[in-house]
Amino acid sequence: MTTPSERLAVRLTVNGRPVEQVVEARRSLADFLREDLGLTGTHVGCEHGVCGACTVLVDGRSARSCLLFAAQLEGRAVTTIEGLTPAGGLSPLQESFRVCHAMQCGFCTPGMIVTTTELLAREPAPSTEAIREAISGNLCMCTGYVNIVRAVERAVAARAEGARA
Amino acid sequence: MKPAPFRYARAGTLAEAIALLAAAPGEHKVLAGGQSLVPMLNMRLVRPAVLVDVNGLRELTGITPGPEGGLRLGALTRHAELAASPAVLERAPLLVEAARHVGHAAIRNQGTLGGSLAHADPAAELPAALLALDARVRISGPRGAREVAAEAFFRGLLTTALEADEILTAIEVPAQPPGWGFAEIARRPGDFALAGVAAVVRVAPDAPAHVEHARLVGFGVADRPLRLAGAERHLTGRPLDADIAARAGAAAGPDCDPPSDVHGSADYRRHLATVLIERALLQATSRLAGRPR
Repeated sequence: MTTPSERLAVRLTVNGRPVEQVVEARRSLADFLREDLGLTGTHVGCEHGVCGACTVLVDGRSARSCLLFAAQLEGRAVTTIEGLTPAGGLSPLQESFRVCHAMQCGFCTPGMIVTTTELLAREPAPSTEAIREAISGNLCMCTGYVNIVRAVERAVAARAEGARA
Repeated sequence: MKPAPFRYARAGTLAEAIALLAAAPGEHKVLAGGQSLVPMLNMRLVRPAVLVDVNGLRELTGITPGPEGGLRLGALTRHAELAASPAVLERAPLLVEAARHVGHAAIRNQGTLGGSLAHADPAAELPAALLALDARVRISGPRGAREVAAEAFFRGLLTTALEADEILTAIEVPAQPPGWGFAEIARRPGDFALAGVAAVVRVAPDAPAHVEHARLVGFGVADRPLRLAGAERHLTGRPLDADIAARAGAAAGPDCDPPSDVHGSADYRRHLATVLIERALLQATSRLAGRPR
């Protein structure tokens, strides 16, 4: 039988790179990414699954990294905002956020990008209502939602344009 | 907000998980999707010495069509899986609708059906839907396996029939009659409902169709998902129409004992329950008449 342990080894993939590390059992995935791997793009807000700032992708599906323990990620593939950002530039969705001024303080932005990346992977042309619903789990305390919705709509339009061209 | 230190074990089989629980009596918690447990750990509302991670238990997975139009749902079925399952849509569409209303996409990707039942938040959608469907909860522990009707499973605020050394393994859902409705009011999509209603109605094959049996369940209106017996009595033996739907709603008030909090008073929630019963029954009426809504 497995013996319960306060520290344990975990092997996972983060942004395509294999990682093997011994972690404290109570280490959240969010703290693991930020403190142990130096990936500070994942922001930590409420630490109880409400604000969405720490959203990452686990095997391609969005997850609150404050509600997972690093020890649970054995064999899984984690993608953070750093992994969604091309070297030396911005992804089309990030570029849309920039153009539309879809950020003020920027704290919620990584979570917004991760959440809407999953949305666009699942639904290539979401309605405005679907975009609003998708980001309802990500709090923007600057209340910049209008421009965030615009940015996602612009990214959808730009992709459709690109597909036609 | 970090959890207090704990020891963690990843169980490989159900037998191992039960042995792990037995080895740390009273000081463990079962970790499934963690979408309710981990916030409670982070806020130190619970401080278990041992977390037994059951996410690797294959025995607890799978959506299996059962005999006579029913379904067997593994306790580890994620809300997103439930919401996207063609088998569930065909056999128990009420559950698909309820699952779509749980939290946000990130929560639905991780959260599990068994976890939602074991946590037993009185404002949660899935416990209410399963009570309306007259589902049965399968439980395993050191004394063997047993089955508890949803009706007897929910005992009060965050309290169920599950013993500390037991694990919820699956949910057996009987075939759903074609008359059903689901309605809730929440402040934002994904929030827990201020109040909600899940309704399942079986009508006699005669015309005009009389209600043979109705199960109306309110959530957010008491300390647990609640059968609204006063409203149900109003329906039995009568044809289901807009007038009866309104009267059934009005009859539900005395059954409800909702909380008052910053989001709404008890009176407001009681009012919502009457309105939502009417809406859910109107949905059921339309579905029975073959008019989707």
